[in-house]
Amino acid sequence: MTRYILNRVLVAIPTLLLVTIFVFMLQKLLPGDPILVLAGEDRDPETIAMLREQYRMNDPLIWQYLYWLGDVMRGDLGTSLRTGLPVTELIAQKLPVTIQLAVMSMIFAMVIGIPAGVMSAVKKGTFWDYLANIIALSGLSVPNFWLGIMLILLVSVNLGWLPASGYESPWVDPVRSFQTMLMPSIVLGTALAATLMRHTRSSMLGVLQADYVRTARAKGLREKTVIRRHAFRNALLPVITLSAVMFGELLAGAVLTEQIFTIPGFGKMVVDAVFNRDYAVVQGVVLVTATGFILINLLADILYVLLNPRMRAAI
Amino acid sequence: MSDAVIATPAAPVVAPRRKNRAWEKLKRNRSAMVGGIFVLFFVLLAVLAPVLPIPNPAATDWAKIRLSPNAEHWLGTDEIGRDILSRMIWGARASLMAGVVSVMIALAVGVPLGVLAGYFGGWTDQIIARATDALLAMPFLILAIALAAFLGPSLTNAMIAIGLSAVPVFVRLTRGQVMSVKTEDHVEGARAIGLGHLRIMSRYILPNVFPPILVQATLTIATAIIAEASLSFLGLGQQPPAPSWGSMLATAKNFLSQAPWMAIWPGAAIFLVVMGFNLLGDGLRDALDPKET
Repeated sequence: MTRYILNRVLVAIPTLLLVTIFVFMLQKLLPGDPILVLAGEDRDPETIAMLREQYRMNDPLIWQYLYWLGDVMRGDLGTSLRTGLPVTELIAQKLPVTIQLAVMSMIFAMVIGIPAGVMSAVKKGTFWDYLANIIALSGLSVPNFWLGIMLILLVSVNLGWLPASGYESPWVDPVRSFQTMLMPSIVLGTALAATLMRHTRSSMLGVLQADYVRTARAKGLREKTVIRRHAFRNALLPVITLSAVMFGELLAGAVLTEQIFTIPGFGKMVVDAVFNRDYAVVQGVVLVTATGFILINLLADILYVLLNPRMRAAI
Repeated sequence: MSDAVIATPAAPVVAPRRKNRAWEKLKRNRSAMVGGIFVLFFVLLAVLAPVLPIPNPAATDWAKIRLSPNAEHWLGTDEIGRDILSRMIWGARASLMAGVVSVMIALAVGVPLGVLAGYFGGWTDQIIARATDALLAMPFLILAIALAAFLGPSLTNAMIAIGLSAVPVFVRLTRGQVMSVKTEDHVEGARAIGLGHLRIMSRYILPNVFPPILVQATLTIATAIIAEASLSFLGLGQQPPAPSWGSMLATAKNFLSQAPWMAIWPGAAIFLVVMGFNLLGDGLRDALDPKET
């Protein structure tokens, strides 16, 4: 087991390094010389030379990358041009808001998607199966920013039930926080609910044909018990690992949701940074998201083995 | 040894019978046909936009701002009096073009890399696989936003960004397919008679990995259309005053209580065209899957 985990960690390292190379190279895509932009309109040769030295632009590309990587390893992702604050500090401020949104969306997706998938598999070929499939396909096809706008129109503008925008920390006012995050969570969780429904359905269909389920039925167990105790538990395993992997997708999807509901999170920060040409922040966000994604994948792989006795035995 | 004098094993190009069978299966699949009709409808609108009797999508009319749907403007007008139906129809061009072009970019880069990785294996595979993992680690939208940000906001750059972000999916898919096909008898036979790598890859391997790539391409067009709309919504795609469904929604969001129709139609159009591609992709998968009867 330890060997398996070590192996997975070792594979993740080159991937992480490649991510850092990619993120570093992003700034090289910028048209023109960034130093000339920094030097302002005077373009004083002395200032330009000083800035080139300060930003190590005179060094070969590989050294520039290694210096940058060294800074990143020490937790220094650069400074935001707009706010003058360290990028790490900005991310640390905004990330909890996005994580709260992602967690609430995940809960919504699981509560809707998993039972719908089980029902669809158990009632395969019936009206309920078709209905669940149509809803799932719609969930995958609807652009979440449009869903958000439509919900604001219906729930906030017409019915006045929930606030259309804003954010409150759950530590300050939990009720208000729940109210402000409810619609965004539904919007962000819809596509994930549809994905979970489809995976649960196909996983359940596979399990329902397995020998042990047939045996359980042959023993005379009630259908409900067969589904709950024998089929559902086994079908849930791949769904749990998928949910872990999808958490990374939720962080990315938050970009649009936060923009629609004006939530001051990680996603809104990256969009604001793009328009303010605050490239260090954009780079920082990509790097942190990708690293998080790799770590979550790693954890999901390990979790899968830990939860699955057959896989444990095979290692 | 010249190839001409040797009876080379028949290239297993997808046999016409199999193609016909797939087409028959696809025709019988009602939801795939509904998807196909949605797609065809929007393609026709996009192609015929210049000849349809609709107002200029950029023509403003200050006397007609935010008119609700009426006989003259079937879907109403926007905040500066432009006809929404006309902008929707022209917007279909941007969306479909973005979907198709970005998938073509992803195919042009991803498939050759996947073939190389799967066919040669070893270090070539290791390097390509690790680079793919790294790109896959960056969520699609974040990567597209970052690329669009660094390349500059425009529809062309959005398409490049979306296309590059979709590359790893095609590398991985093609690689897996090639690895299973390359051990089949006809490929071994082609290798045994001394055919070159390029010929084996293009004649004996590519035609056999084509069906799952076609399915994935259809489904990725759906994702790419949403991605383009998302980038345009954020201001990183099609630039005003050129019409695009995403940017129409971004504007509509500011007039929700005064002119809700501005928000309904562009989103519904994205929904229907994406649903169309998803239904068609699912149908193609079933039709081209040899295990399905």
